[in-house]
Amino acid sequence: MSEPLSYLGVPLARPKVGFFELSSCEGCQLQLLNNEATLLDFLNLVEIVNFREGMSERGDNYDIAFVEGSVTRKDEIARLTAIRKHAKILVALGSCACFGGVNQLKNRFRDLEWVKKEVYDDFPIETMEVHPLADFVQVDLEIFGCPIKKEEVERIVTDLVLGKTVRHPEYPVCMECKANENICLFELGEPCLGPITRAGCDAWCTSNRRGCWGCRGPAEGANLKQLEEIMRTYGFARETILDRLECFGGFASFADTLRPKAKKSPVTQKATAGRKKS
Amino acid sequence: MKLSCEVNVHHLTRVEGHGNIHISIKNGVVKKAQWEVVETPRFFEAMLVGKHWENAPYVCGRICGICSIGHTLASIRAVENAFGITPSTQTANLRLLLKHMETLQSHILHLYFLAAPDFLGAGSVLPLATTHPEVVQRALRLKLLANDACDIIGGRRLHPTRTVVGGFTMLPEKGALEKIRQRLLASVPDLLASAELFKTFAIPDFSRETEFVSLKGDTGYPFIGGGLVSTDGVVKKEHQYRAMTNEYCQKGFTSKLSKLSRPSFAVGALARLNNNFTKLHPTAREISKFLGLVPVNHNPYMGNVAQLVECVQVVLDSVQLIDTLLGSPWQEARQPVKAKKGEGVGAVEVPRGILYHYYKFDKEGKVIKADCVIPTSQNHANILHDIEALAGQYAKTGKQDREIELLAEMLVRAYDPCISCSVH
Ligand code: SF4
Ligand code: SF4
Ligand code: SF4
Repeated sequence: MSEPLSYLGVPLARPKVGFFELSSCEGCQLQLLNNEATLLDFLNLVEIVNFREGMSERGDNYDIAFVEGSVTRKDEIARLTAIRKHAKILVALGSCACFGGVNQLKNRFRDLEWVKKEVYDDFPIETMEVHPLADFVQVDLEIFGCPIKKEEVERIVTDLVLGKTVRHPEYPVCMECKANENICLFELGEPCLGPITRAGCDAWCTSNRRGCWGCRGPAEGANLKQLEEIMRTYGFARETILDRLECFGGFASFADTLRPKAKKSPVTQKATAGRKKS
Repeated sequence: MKLSCEVNVHHLTRVEGHGNIHISIKNGVVKKAQWEVVETPRFFEAMLVGKHWENAPYVCGRICGICSIGHTLASIRAVENAFGITPSTQTANLRLLLKHMETLQSHILHLYFLAAPDFLGAGSVLPLATTHPEVVQRALRLKLLANDACDIIGGRRLHPTRTVVGGFTMLPEKGALEKIRQRLLASVPDLLASAELFKTFAIPDFSRETEFVSLKGDTGYPFIGGGLVSTDGVVKKEHQYRAMTNEYCQKGFTSKLSKLSRPSFAVGALARLNNNFTKLHPTAREISKFLGLVPVNHNPYMGNVAQLVECVQVVLDSVQLIDTLLGSPWQEARQPVKAKKGEGVGAVEVPRGILYHYYKFDKEGKVIKADCVIPTSQNHANILHDIEALAGQYAKTGKQDREIELLAEMLVRAYDPCISCSVH
């Protein structure tokens, strides 16, 4: 065990923390307020100096910065870099921050002009390809999930404050799902990414009879070939796997291997062609 | 007397998302009064193009963390309308109950965590935990109840897991619903105490004649689907939402804006209440009167009070819904879905106002076109005009910069804007 009250060499007695959001639904931050039963205890553990969604005071003297959301516009790179400068520890909060999240679904068109036109027509609007935080700054700790699981965040923050090393489960959601004694959804005709997705959510969706869409990204040694095999056995189309693999960005490299090699996705070609005709 | 004022609020706090306020008054004349929306767009409508229908509610629920249940339900309704699916009575009741619990959760979060600190002279809810512990405990109790109910019915309090096109993946246990029912009944004193508290708040004296748009309740106080109505007398069907929203783009806003009979209109709790006051539960109506809110009320700061009245409404209605659900054995949770070519609209009253999702599908059920019109985007132009009027009203009163700044901040907060949602 490392020295008490320090993490990555930073001494942390009631650390000052700041919460920030780039492009996001703010759901991960909301999850922190959703800990009604333990919220006040949790707040005693840290000193919040910056939390725009919840308080008027704003300080730059934070030790730990929790950053939610992904980078989707140039000014966010500057904001993120400034946060990195102030923070001793930078935590990527949620799948948007870790992988790009649902926001990166627009990247698959590989044609930002078309994307802009589809929503704003000719109104000038600035955007860029969606990136996770780690593409621009050093990220010290990632908290996965869309949304993050509040119990997990509390545990991670407590570990941080107590100087314990933070570890993520390496095994897949399937393990938690089986431990919960669920009927496997494949048997009920529902596709699931549980076999390849990193656990830690306590099989949140599958315990509610909803297939896993892989919001926490790949487990260690995730085997796509094996999943494809299972999906084929149960008769699911490649598109069904792809919808899930590409949803949150954690499986981006897996999704790429399943996508047709064309430079633009067929959808964009069709949609752009249709537009030109009309 | 002080007749000039400069207010520049960059990234207003205690609201969801990023917006700026600028007011400039010189010698008692308003030179500038602006509401700016600088949030980054995420392009949800483009993301869905080419995707199978099942992605729509799953992805679009992620437009907003606070009203993810409302987005999911609007999206599901649009898909079901496109495919010609009518939800069973059980599904409709469970969805409405889930919706009510989101409304309660969101309103309590806004009233106590975001709005109340202004009236109690605090920068956030944190110091209130020491100065007004009973107030914070009450807020947490109500919020926990609402969130627990969302977990039980929707599987998860945000980005629900059980809600799907055709119904639910799983039904709640009846015993769990019964417990929620008891907790709802036990929460009534907390709601009455909330009303007493808000009665003591000094609501700023300001009003500007406004057109209010909402669902029109035929059978009850409306939350999911039905006709559209405005206080200026416009009446439309759900699928005619475009004629009700008339979206346009304008410099200074990364969100779209809306207008109807006037240059701007308002949606939200105040709009719903102004249009459907007689549909309120008698107790909710009494509390509304007790708090000085009778229609048509044109003071945007009364949005807070309207939310509180709605908390009472949804709690009392939820008790009845649970009674109905417990009164008969569970039916099938989910009906089969058959995709077909077509288009559909889902209008749902989410906490901040009326929300529309629209999709057009090809014959395989893939999205050809998606459109989501968000409550806060419908409110932006109205907020802007309110800020102009507010600046005008106070231009010659000699108020300090900070006083005008606070009034403007409180005005925007009274709309409970969900800015990242409005830009999406
Ligand atoms: S990870 Fe999901 S819940 Fe968290 S901010 Fe992103 S979209 Fe919202
Ligand atoms: S439902 Fe999913 S997570 Fe659970 S056992 Fe089956 S494949 Fe694994
Ligand atoms: S089951 Fe899968 S999609 Fe659901 S929370 Fe866990 S990792 Fe995310």
